[in-house]
Amino acid sequence: MSKMKSFAVGAIVCAPMLSAPAFAQDSIYVPLLTYRTGAFAGSGIHIADGMRDYLTMLNERDGGIGGVKLVLEECETGYDTKKGIECYEAVKSKNPVVMNPWSTGITLPLIPRAAVDKIPILSMAYGLSASADGQTFPWVFNPPATYWDGLSQIISYLGTKEGGLDKLKGKKIGYIFLDAGYGREPIPLLEQLAKDYGFEVKFYPIAAQDMQNQSSQWLNVRRDKPDYMVLWGWGAMNGAAVKEAARTGYPMDKFYSVWWPGDDDLRATGEPAKGFKSLNWHSADGNYKALADIKKHVVDKKLSQANPDKVGEVLYNRGVYNSMLIAEGIRNAQKVSGKKVVTGEDVRRGLETMDINADRLKEMGMEGFAQPIKLTCADHNGHLATFMQEWDGKKFVKISEPIPPMVDKVKPLLDSAAKDYAEKNAGWPKRSEACDKAS
Amino acid sequence: MFYREAGQFKTTYAADMAIFPLREDRIGLAVIIVCAYALVFTGNSFLLQAVMIPFLVFSLAAIGLNLLTGYTGLLSLGTGAFMGVGAYACYKLTTAFPGLNIIICILASGLFSAAIGVLFGLPSLRIKGFYLAVATLAAQFFLQWCFIRVPWLVNYNVSGAIEAPLRTLFGVPIVGATATPETRYLVVLTLVIGLTWVASNIVHGRIGRAWMAVRDMDIAAELIGIRLLRTKLLAFAVSSYYCGVAGALLVFLWYGGAEYDVFNINQSFFILFMVIIGGLGSLIGSFMGAALIFILPIILGMVMPAILSPFGIGITAATVEHLRFMIVGALIIFFLIVEPHGLARLWQIGKQKLRVWPFPY
Repeated sequence: MSKMKSFAVGAIVCAPMLSAPAFAQDSIYVPLLTYRTGAFAGSGIHIADGMRDYLTMLNERDGGIGGVKLVLEECETGYDTKKGIECYEAVKSKNPVVMNPWSTGITLPLIPRAAVDKIPILSMAYGLSASADGQTFPWVFNPPATYWDGLSQIISYLGTKEGGLDKLKGKKIGYIFLDAGYGREPIPLLEQLAKDYGFEVKFYPIAAQDMQNQSSQWLNVRRDKPDYMVLWGWGAMNGAAVKEAARTGYPMDKFYSVWWPGDDDLRATGEPAKGFKSLNWHSADGNYKALADIKKHVVDKKLSQANPDKVGEVLYNRGVYNSMLIAEGIRNAQKVSGKKVVTGEDVRRGLETMDINADRLKEMGMEGFAQPIKLTCADHNGHLATFMQEWDGKKFVKISEPIPPMVDKVKPLLDSAAKDYAEKNAGWPKRSEACDKAS
Repeated sequence: MFYREAGQFKTTYAADMAIFPLREDRIGLAVIIVCAYALVFTGNSFLLQAVMIPFLVFSLAAIGLNLLTGYTGLLSLGTGAFMGVGAYACYKLTTAFPGLNIIICILASGLFSAAIGVLFGLPSLRIKGFYLAVATLAAQFFLQWCFIRVPWLVNYNVSGAIEAPLRTLFGVPIVGATATPETRYLVVLTLVIGLTWVASNIVHGRIGRAWMAVRDMDIAAELIGIRLLRTKLLAFAVSSYYCGVAGALLVFLWYGGAEYDVFNINQSFFILFMVIIGGLGSLIGSFMGAALIFILPIILGMVMPAILSPFGIGITAATVEHLRFMIVGALIIFFLIVEPHGLARLWQIGKQKLRVWPFPY
């Protein structure tokens, strides 16, 4: 055990280094948990670039937010829970104002800690769906939509296509999903909707280790011949699913997905993937003032790690949207608290009173980029209506109007899941945070 | 000069058979334990929460695997799954009996893991070596499959995750978000020291000798009267017990919540590497292996930017990660070439050198 001692000594020696970067109190520290390495890097790099570039742009163009510079720091998680928690511990002492775990696996352990450490969590459209309930989870935010919202939007889109939800009766819908908490979460709702509208569901689970080896499940798809396929994948699984669908000859225009496939996933299959559709809530092109500013202030000044071609693609823009939420949360926090240099507690209040209306979007140079969104103390999600986009062989094109979620189906599930969480975690604190008036 | 047995006389058989016959060793161990407890007072939550607690948890898991692979010679790739059994069992126990002391839950959860371990250890009576590794691989996949397919294990939680609820010991929260890193660390440290002490006694006693006899040649062991069935299954049981407790500690005192994917095949390999690098058949090697595989990358991640930044070399988080991989990988190969018997052997050689210093013969 003597080795342990030398490590302990080493650790003590290293300890001051960790606490050393005490940031000057005239800046706001925003850590970014990103993954540019590992199995999911293909998706993670674009998101990381988008997040970083937007906040860098604010620093370059406006000198930060409200005149306060943002200090950005990336911590590499590799999409690994272990490393994510290590990152969290490493950045915690530097007074971060908000955490973006970018992995459901990392989000779950952080949820109970958020209230204790007074650091809000912004898990944008991932993490625990139940955390949309602000009364139970005052410190967690998951705008703009939950997975249950997403699923109900796909089903209602299919309904409109068929000419009414009742026309779904007797249809067969295949659900191909990553066999983890993420992919399984929508199942209860899917089963309920199947009962309500009389369609049949076929399940095709893909284990995490078989993400790129889906041929056996696609053989089942070929046998079952579902009328529609719904994809709930992430990382390499999306690209592989599209490729397999093309190979099996499954009609691409009947293949739908939640919002996570990126351009690269589809580009790998290219032309045969034409007709593939996925949900989205923001634009998939770069023709906005905010993105032009990123090009001008960040990419052209060589401050970005991104490939300039990728600016404006789906996942890059998703990162931009995430950072826009961070920035708006901080800006709101400054308004609500009256302070310039805000803390995690202020940003929690800022996120809760966030109201990004059309005027504000225009001000930010994002008019038409996304729809207005408003969060409240009770609703930390917004349940934004997302739209359907289609792959035209080269890029994603918006093809539908925003589809509202089936609130009547989703709300009871959310409420019971939140209640369930609080009950199972005995001693889950009652909300003690006061509710601010919307700014 | 300072480290030798000259002048230390043994007057009883017990003293002669002591695990640490040298006074210097005993003093050194006491100092380490005192230092380990003293770390609480540094008040550095990163050191405790992100370095020491995981290090101790992995050390315990490595001890568990070492009992099986290092001492009994049975190769297992199911460590991650056995850790998972402990974690899920602890979750079920503590949610079913909220009043039960969490320490008891953690220690009892190892028993479930032991039972499962015995079950999957049965093929070890017939198959050996790589074939056994494949059989334990089945345990890994089957158990992981169970964690996600059996909703009862997660109390029908829709997110499929287990979360550590608030639990206290003497009125102080030790599990749950409000538990401070200091209390968590104290609990983990005490449990790991206690279990290491037990393991040390097992391997130095009759059972450990039987395991080593089986490892060295099982037919010979059978001929001298060791019952293979019992011995091998006991090795699986004890090993899985340690892994199970480590898994429960991992979820309840470190992560605070986990998905099934935490206990995947990578976790098994991670522990196996620790055992191989640390030294097969050595308890201290388990600690050394855990330190090399887990702590070294963290130190590298902190030191590299600090070293490079004065030279004006900006280094991104991703590059640090790539460099970590390369350096740790290179070090593993280096150690395996220089000392195939692991760090524990290097430690032993160092001690031997120290004994005869400054007049080596």
